[in-house]
Amino acid sequence: MTVTVRKTPITAALQGRRRPLEPAFRVVLLASLAIAVVFLGILLAYVVSEGWGRLDSRLWTNFPSKLYPERAGAQSAIVGTVYIIGLTGAFCVPIGVMTAIYLEEYASREHWWNRLIELNIQNLAAVPSIVYGILGLGVLARGLDLGRTLITAALTLSLLVLPVVIIAAREAIRAVPGSIRQGSLALGATQWQTIWRQVLPAAVPGIATGTILALSRAIGEAAPLLLLGAVTHITFNPESVTDAYTVLPIQIFNWIKQPEAEFHTLASAAIVILLAILLLMNSVAIWLRNRYEKRG
Amino acid sequence: MTSASAPSPAGTRESLRRRRPRYGEAVIKGVLLVAALVSVATTVGIVASLLPPTLRFFERVGVWEFVTGTTWSALFNPPSYGVLPLVGATLLITLIAIVVAVPLGLAAAIYLSEYAHPRTRKVFKPVLEVLAGIPTVVYGFFALAALTPLLQDHWPFGEGPEVFNALSAGLVMGVMIIPTVASMSEDAMTAVPSSLRQGAYALGSTRRLVAIRVVVPAALSGIVAAIVLAISRAVGETMIVAIASGNKPSLTWDPLQGMQTMTGYIAQAGEGDLPTSSFDYTTIFAVGLLLFLLTFVMNAFSIRLVRKYREVYE
Repeated sequence: MTVTVRKTPITAALQGRRRPLEPAFRVVLLASLAIAVVFLGILLAYVVSEGWGRLDSRLWTNFPSKLYPERAGAQSAIVGTVYIIGLTGAFCVPIGVMTAIYLEEYASREHWWNRLIELNIQNLAAVPSIVYGILGLGVLARGLDLGRTLITAALTLSLLVLPVVIIAAREAIRAVPGSIRQGSLALGATQWQTIWRQVLPAAVPGIATGTILALSRAIGEAAPLLLLGAVTHITFNPESVTDAYTVLPIQIFNWIKQPEAEFHTLASAAIVILLAILLLMNSVAIWLRNRYEKRG
Repeated sequence: MTSASAPSPAGTRESLRRRRPRYGEAVIKGVLLVAALVSVATTVGIVASLLPPTLRFFERVGVWEFVTGTTWSALFNPPSYGVLPLVGATLLITLIAIVVAVPLGLAAAIYLSEYAHPRTRKVFKPVLEVLAGIPTVVYGFFALAALTPLLQDHWPFGEGPEVFNALSAGLVMGVMIIPTVASMSEDAMTAVPSSLRQGAYALGSTRRLVAIRVVVPAALSGIVAAIVLAISRAVGETMIVAIASGNKPSLTWDPLQGMQTMTGYIAQAGEGDLPTSSFDYTTIFAVGLLLFLLTFVMNAFSIRLVRKYREVYE
């Protein structure tokens, strides 16, 4: 938010004279921002330059190996990550969107339980991810006896990103003008018909953007999965949801922990793949958002 | 919010109201409410998964011993269950991260909110989003493989940092939470009404003075909320510390040494497939409950502050 001061002889005189602190302050601010940007640049350059030499087909055709870095690949991790994206999306998108519809279209803030649900979601969004791992371990893996399987991991990650999906979907639904709802209701549509035929179609781009960003968070998440068995050495692709699994961030973590430099190179190469997947998803999200904003 | 945009059927004339009951509508509302309750169940599930093993833990270990003990060697023989080394490491690394993130994040927020041309914002905001979206395992790798060797090679005074050390982990974690500080503070600053700025300009303030004396104080509760949330994120961060700061619990304020945080311990103990019935298994939950409580208090405080400034300006 900038306030433009019209140039008059007086302001020009004021600006022309003294105040060396003004440009200095601006430079300091810009430099702070630049540090973050430069750090990002260095990090990306480091990972790419480290991993470039190992970024070949072995990475996606071979399976992980603890003994032979030259033969090791990450196929089971890449396949596991794809499964996790699919399953997590299938769980958290319907629940998240339904929650958002409830809170935006039905819930009255006068009832204490609706305020509780809202507060609860805000708090859940900031609960450390490893606590979700404990939840997955205690309730899903041990309590419901699902074990350390793909389904446990996907359910845990769904709960983890659910608040993100809900918050994004609520914003998208809120952005649909009230006049559309009133028009629909005036023509005799029921509340649900209004939501299903008018509000949701208009909110889809926003919901899709938020969902993609939430899923990209799930892809990069490793901490909860440490507790859910992904660390074990997996040399096969999961075939059903009750199979053992591994994912890219965990495979990267395993390689980082190996002392040999070759494994660090391998980790860098896998990081490049992980970042490429994330970049792709983010670009789609940003593209969707820009397209949507232009129309709106 | 909702009631304004969707007029409730209660306000319509009796003759216009439903002729036959629409059970479908009620069922749908019920289903949606059930979906909304999933997130409530999540919180209940977290507490329900944490409490029973923690109670089992405290049957054997005294609460006082846990809270004030200075040695943590839970998985060794003889075991010792003093949580202070884990808490100390968490606080030290968080402190380093905050020292990095607060000035940089705040400066970035002031620039974006008060100085940047809309086109500049369009470039920088996605950069911050990308920074926030990088998986923490990547940050951890960078701390261990790039930053620590760099610090070791160029350490100006005496002995440099160990291979695993709190300093690298804290510095990189600081960069990780810059976007949290920056974007929430910027939201708070943007919410400050421009009439306050115009008033200050009219009194002859420069842009710097408007930013420091008017906008920042007016947005203070939002800025504090951002910082508290950033602290909470740093306390709960796992991968960076698990990779870069080591697995050795030690009670020290020397950031050049390796140390284990609360999250680092949970990750290490959780990796091994501990049997549910074992006592070691309960230690994960005891430390987990402490972590959950710490972050819960901070999150609740932060949420309250945000509500406060929203009430004032929006």
